Order: sequence, then structure tokens, then C-alpha cells
Amino acid sequence: MAGTKEIRTQIRSVQSNQKITRAMEMVAASKVRRVQARMQASRPYVDRMRRVIGHLAVVHPEFRHPFLLPREQVRGVGFLVIGTDRGLCGGLNINLLRAVWNEARPLEKGGIAVRFAALGQKAVTGLHRLNAELVATATHLGDRPGSEVIVGPLHALLEDYRVGRIDRLVVAYNYFLNTMTQKPTLETLLPLPEKKDPELFDHWDYLYEPDSVDLLDTVLMRYLEAETYQALLENIASEQAARMVAMRNASDNAGTLIDTLKLAYNKARQASITQEIAEIVGGAAAV
Amino acid sequence: MAMVMRVDVVSLEASIFSGEAEMVFAPAERGEVGIAPRHAPFLTRLKPGELRIQMPGETLSFFISGGILEVQPHQVTVLTNTTIRTDAIDEARMLEAKQAAEATLAMNPGAIDVARAEAELLEMSEKLRVLERARKRGQLK
Repeated sequence: MAGTKEIRTQIRSVQSNQKITRAMEMVAASKVRRVQARMQASRPYVDRMRRVIGHLAVVHPEFRHPFLLPREQVRGVGFLVIGTDRGLCGGLNINLLRAVWNEARPLEKGGIAVRFAALGQKAVTGLHRLNAELVATATHLGDRPGSEVIVGPLHALLEDYRVGRIDRLVVAYNYFLNTMTQKPTLETLLPLPEKKDPELFDHWDYLYEPDSVDLLDTVLMRYLEAETYQALLENIASEQAARMVAMRNASDNAGTLIDTLKLAYNKARQASITQEIAEIVGGAAAV
Repeated sequence: MAMVMRVDVVSLEASIFSGEAEMVFAPAERGEVGIAPRHAPFLTRLKPGELRIQMPGETLSFFISGGILEVQPHQVTVLTNTTIRTDAIDEARMLEAKQAAEATLAMNPGAIDVARAEAELLEMSEKLRVLERARKRGQLK
């Protein structure tokens, strides 16, 4: 009976693994739908916000907010990397970090300072492994983070931008294309990308209430927070979708593994029976 | 035909209203503003209060907890934090929340709680005021 017992325990352990992965798959599948709905619900807000900001970028006010001014020389770049808190979601975080690194590495070699802020445990550890300089982190976000979780890392980098330690601010996250594909995305938040709206004639300005300095600050902060929050929601939806797919693959793999193990087990069993019979027959002949 | 403009009201959770209107009244920081079509470009912060959208034959009333108002000659955009249809405000719950906020204010001298409670109190009293006014206009029972 040598071998059959080992194979049996192996089958049992693979089976219990499969139970776990299948359960995780189902949990992720139910969460995907929820987080996807949340992500889509806040898209109109961000879209409108972008339009208002697009208008702001073309007006000619007497006061120009520092965030609206393009900077001629870029001496530093800040990356806000949005990762997940937990693993077991395929290559989601690795792909994102690779995209960030591909962007940051040449900058660093060119003598440009790069600074990082991270959201999510996996982004933090991943950036640590790359020996990156982290200015701020936020972890343990949960599945339904409020918009306040992004404030710390975002404001740390904005402060860097204000004082001129960085001249460009990039947010990195996984864009949710559909359940099967998530795309690592780098988006430049600051300076505001220049967009010309052809419908708008030049040389006009808003009436501001109360005054433009104070108001522009509020509007721009709201805009940056909305963009970052949206990126976070996209990333959470991506995480659940990626986990669902990864767990489905794991369950399928466990299935094929069990099949081959079962085949080996049956062969071993049959071989041992045949051998036993041969031994009995041989013994009887000897007597 | 009366002049109209496009109005979009969006909050972080959902798109609340999108359509054409003759007039929009919003609680700007420096007092309520009325926006008619072909208004000059205008940008302001909103404080908690009532947002009214006047359409031909109907006026919609919302409570908003603050936000940003952008006006283009034929396009009004309201970006709010939270928005509720005035007829969906639950008066009993508002009163309860208002009392809770007042109690926190009376009991607790801690700075953070006080600021939060004050903001809450302001929001609740505004909500009740909006409700009261809508009732007076006869829009509600």
C-alpha cells in the first residue's frame, strides 16, 4: 500500500485549499458589483468638476493660483501610489509598481528628485522594497473608505508642490476597464493639463464670491480630492475584480491537480491489489 | 418660448438632477443668489441651505449641505457634498440629530467635537428651515 496513503492526504489538502479559493472567489464576486456601482456613481461628479477646472484653466484672472501656473523647470516629481491593502489579487500591485518604477527610474537617473506617498499596505511595502522615499502613507482602508483617508498622503505631496520640492504630481492607480482587465494608470494631477475648450472665447473671467484667492483654493482642493478619491474607488473595484479572477484560476488549477492526483492514486491502488494477488497465488503454488 | 439653461446637480454619490430650467436659486456664501439664463460667468461656494430649480410649470426643491456653484451663460453646474429632495427630509430625525448636536455642544468643551457638532447643528437647523419654507409655499402637505 506504499504511496496510496501519501497521495490521499495530498488530495485532501488540495481539496481544502480549493474550498478556500472558491469561497474567496465568491466573496470577491459579490463585492465587485457593489464597489463598481459606487465607482460609477461618483464619476459624474468628477466629470463636472473636471469641466469647471477646464474653464478655470483658460480664464485670465488677475490672480493666478500656484496650482494653475505651469512650471518651466521640473526638478522634482511626486507620485501618489494607490495600491491595495491585501494580496491574493494577481499581479495587480506588482504591475502598478512596475509602471510607476518605469516612470520614476529615468527621472531619478536624470537628476530629478522623486518623492512618493502610498495608499494601501501593499503599495507601502512594495515601495519600501524599491528603497523609495515615502513622505506619507495611509493603510488599512477597508472596502468602503470615506474620502478622508486620502487627505493625509495627498496633502503631504501638495505641500511639497507648494514649496517647490516637486513640480509635478502624478497619481498612480489601476483603472477599472472591466472585470477581466485593469490597467495600471499614471495620471498627472498638477500642473493642470492644459485643455483648450474651443467653445469658450478668450479673455473672460468669472465673477468670484467671496474673492478669487480664497475661492480658487477651495475649488482646486475639492477637485484634487475628488480626482484622487475617484482613483481610489477605481483601484478598489480593480482589486476585487482581480482577486475574483485570480481565485477562479486557483480553483481551476486545484481541480486539475486533484484529477491527476486521483489518477495516480487509482493506479497505485490497483498496482498494490495486483501485487497482493500475485503474492497469494505465488504462495499457494509454493505449498 | 421662455429662455432656458442647462442645469446639472451632482453630488459625490450620484447625479441628482440634469435638465433645463428657467431659474435657479442657490444658497451662496454671501447670501442667496438667483441665476437666470445668460448670467455672467460666476463661481462661488455654497453653504447649507435650499436649492430651488424653477422649470416651466414646476419647481424642484433640494436641501444641499454645501458645495460649489459654477455658472456659464447657458449652463449651471452645482457640485454638492450631499443633496436631498426637500420632500424626502425626515423631520423627526432632523430634530433628533439637532438635539444630539446641541447636547454635545452643551456637554463637551473638547475642540474637535465642538467644531463637528457646530457644523452639524448648522446643517440641521438649515434643513429644518428649508422644510419650513417649502411648507409655507404650499409645496408640501
